[in-house]
Amino acid sequence: MHKKLRLGELVIQLTLLLFGVLSILITAGIVLTLGEESLRFFASGEISAWKFFTAAKWQPAIGEFGILPLASATLMTSLIAMLIAAPLGLFVAVYLSEYANPRVRAVLKPILEVLAGIPTVVYGYFALTFITPLLRSVFGENVVSIYNTASAGIAIGILILPLIASMSEDALGAVPRSLKEAAFALGATKLETSLAVVVPAGISGVVAAFIVGLSRAIGETMIVALAAGAGSALTLNPFRSAETMTGYIVRISGGDLSYDTVDYNSIFAIGIVLFLITLALNIVSRRIVHRFREVYE
Amino acid sequence: MNQAGPTVFQPHIERRQKLGALWKLLFLLSTLVGIIALAALLLTVINDSFGLVALQYEVDPASLGRDGRPLERLEPDELREILTARLSSGLIRRLESEKPLAERSREQLYDLAVERVAKLQVIESWSLAQSLLSRGEIRRWLEENHPEALLKFRSWVSWRFLVQPQASLPEKAGVRTALLGSLWMILIVVVVAFPLGVGAAIYLEEYARENVFTRILQVNIYNLAGVPSIIYGILGLAVFVRLLARLTSGALFGVGDPATANGRTILSAGLTLAALVLPLIIINSQEAIRAVPQSLRYSSYALGGTKWQTIWHHVLPGSFDRILTGTILAVSRAIGETAPLVVVGASTFVTLNPTSIFSKFTTLPIQIYQWTARPQAEFRNVAAAAIIVLLVLLLAMNTAAILLRDRIGRRRREG
Amino acid sequence: MQLTIKHAEAGDSASARTAPAQYAIQTRRLNIHYGSFHAVKEIDLSFQKNRITAIIGPSGCGKSTVLRSLNRMNELLPGAATSGEVLYHGRNIYDPKVDPVEVRRRIGMVFQKPNPFPKSIYENIAWGARINGFRGDMDELVEGSLRAAALWDEVRDKLSQNALRLSGGQQQRLCIARSIAIEPDIILMDEPASALDPIATLKIEELMTELARKYTIIIVTHNMQQASRISDFTAFLMVDEGRTGFLVEFAPTEELFVKPRDKRTEDYISGRFG
Repeated sequence: MHKKLRLGELVIQLTLLLFGVLSILITAGIVLTLGEESLRFFASGEISAWKFFTAAKWQPAIGEFGILPLASATLMTSLIAMLIAAPLGLFVAVYLSEYANPRVRAVLKPILEVLAGIPTVVYGYFALTFITPLLRSVFGENVVSIYNTASAGIAIGILILPLIASMSEDALGAVPRSLKEAAFALGATKLETSLAVVVPAGISGVVAAFIVGLSRAIGETMIVALAAGAGSALTLNPFRSAETMTGYIVRISGGDLSYDTVDYNSIFAIGIVLFLITLALNIVSRRIVHRFREVYE
Repeated sequence: MNQAGPTVFQPHIERRQKLGALWKLLFLLSTLVGIIALAALLLTVINDSFGLVALQYEVDPASLGRDGRPLERLEPDELREILTARLSSGLIRRLESEKPLAERSREQLYDLAVERVAKLQVIESWSLAQSLLSRGEIRRWLEENHPEALLKFRSWVSWRFLVQPQASLPEKAGVRTALLGSLWMILIVVVVAFPLGVGAAIYLEEYARENVFTRILQVNIYNLAGVPSIIYGILGLAVFVRLLARLTSGALFGVGDPATANGRTILSAGLTLAALVLPLIIINSQEAIRAVPQSLRYSSYALGGTKWQTIWHHVLPGSFDRILTGTILAVSRAIGETAPLVVVGASTFVTLNPTSIFSKFTTLPIQIYQWTARPQAEFRNVAAAAIIVLLVLLLAMNTAAILLRDRIGRRRREG
Repeated sequence: MQLTIKHAEAGDSASARTAPAQYAIQTRRLNIHYGSFHAVKEIDLSFQKNRITAIIGPSGCGKSTVLRSLNRMNELLPGAATSGEVLYHGRNIYDPKVDPVEVRRRIGMVFQKPNPFPKSIYENIAWGARINGFRGDMDELVEGSLRAAALWDEVRDKLSQNALRLSGGQQQRLCIARSIAIEPDIILMDEPASALDPIATLKIEELMTELARKYTIIIVTHNMQQASRISDFTAFLMVDEGRTGFLVEFAPTEELFVKPRDKRTEDYISGRFG
């Protein structure tokens, strides 16, 4: 009986190990498919990697494959989103962590969680039906086109605001009370303690939150698909339409797609760029959090 | 020893406190921005889900009357005559196969006549705000431009909305297929990702030793959790749809439908979402398992329990409430996902209910996406109505998650 | 509102009449509640200027609570309520018109576990001075404070180093330097050496005796030997059955330890309960 139990235990352990290894398979799947199809894309002879990254036109129909317009649109929407979400998110975190009493927190935190849980397609709807008309009435209808990166950027900002706020609040809340007491004992006001002691002490966590927010903004698809526009354009004007990397992928794959055409392969080329950027950002942010854990030792 | 304070320190306490009050206001306003945004979003959705509509008949029902009797007073036989005369044979065949006309009641026949022959249509719709505030203006405009039209208040979210499938006319459209598609997704994601995820978490927390391999596994999972969802869509397209087309289309089992031989089936979509959600479930379950106190495990071992017995009888029950909550939250995240499913190949027009996991699919968020993207104003109304359905579904799931966690947690503590 | 000295004069308001110039700070019928819990009751203490006063007693008797009430630090804990008066230079620091920020600038505090800011050694001292509007030579102030805390020689050539890299004893002396940089009247010390090794403890004790020449020191300690070694006056607190702290005896240190007037004091000192 002793031996039979052991065998059962071993089987279970192996099975669970396989489950764990499955996650590696997924990563391998992502890397392999993205890599393989991208290679096919670049090997087709029409496109060189150099031109891919530097050319300023993206019009696959006529063989132009410069990623810059798509990348710049992604950059614009993400930047606008961060301009809104980063300072506001930090301020919300400071308020929740340093000023709000428990009753206020009990109301505010669930609201933030609800905001974070709303599907992105709903935010896309919101951008198209509320933010764009608002911008057009404020700035004028000939200044703001119906599809524009500003609306999308604002909506993405609202989307990632709760994420940045809650991660930053965790970081600020982890600052030991003894540091705050030291500051108060020197005759500091609450503002001075918060800005000069608490935030700097938790800054690694805050920066990590910003990076995660940025990564999320870059990977965002439905909001830009609905509100930013189709058809790439290299422009710095946030009131004009421009297609982002994610918007392009969703538009192409939503239409009639035959395998092994240049269009199909281009999805993977753009996909791998997207994957690498967000992966790099996430790794950096985790490094920063790791370092931050040592600050109080 | 100083009395009034040395002159070299000028604390300016009042000024600093005033500055502090200003910044506190700034911090508070920042939080209000989030609340205002949420309110604006909900109000916009509600605004578009209810309102006045101008209805008009394509064919005046009065002209369908006979012998001076109006349409609603006609006998069933007469109604059947009108239907067979006015509707296409194809439509009649479909209606017959759903339910023979001979068996339909007079009310049902009358409804059919109004819907299919007289064709009541929405020619214009207004938002809630407009309906409440500019009622007079609307009525005047209607009198000028469409004198025969009826003005009615309509809730775009209705029982009919829930049970009707998609249609090309917004006023007829419903979310039945999309809702069923979303429910299928929940099923597949739970069946696939839950055991795999919890299993992997058990391995990592209870069995795995501290070595390079385990570290790689753990880091890998964290990285996967941060990958944008559209990348999972691309993965799903390349692997589940294309590579495994024989499996996902059912051809392998001989049950395929030629329309979905390309592999764009519920199964492909569900597996894609399961892959997306898997890292989240693993991370959450790991934290739940970690929260179980070591002393519990030690007591079990001390009584001669094996590792698996300890896990099955002590660790899992002790962490089950949090695992369940986390899974439900992860699944509710999956329900809201649109991008990966568009890439995997959600169908743009599905009117038949999905019959199996090898059917074509559409989901609520995809429906919302498609309707929002249409230029006609009335599609905005049905998109808003679909959003309400989706939000209610999510609310129900999250509430269930919280209730379950409290219920299970309480039962454990009180025995 | 300025806190200034008022000499006792006939016709002065009640809060000023019992403020002889030799007392730095006094408590009058001080009661502190945390929520519904009555932490300490009816504490009457008078702390002499330029002297070291020790507050001793068994753990949980409210010593730290009393200490923290002297610079309104207990307000940082939720639900804290104070009744009675704490007279500093004749004014009640709990008067609603008094800003606690002003109180804490003049009554500094050093904590049980050293808590330097995760900044450079220089910045630890400079920051407090800066927010209090210091207008003079900062380098001079930093050096002077570090000298007064007997730390200058050890850190003079690594002022820009992160303060967390100092040893425990050095960190505590840095915290003392930080407090005296803003020129308080009184320095409160909450078991300042209990987290340190014996050698570091000795250094701190020497430092305290030196500091008493310029400042008033009030120290909470659970170490009776320490109290008897360095303090001029000692207050002994205890808890009653309701776990509320109260003052048993307050006397010059020699008297309290050699010839205590209260039997409970004698029991505590001779170790009969702890």
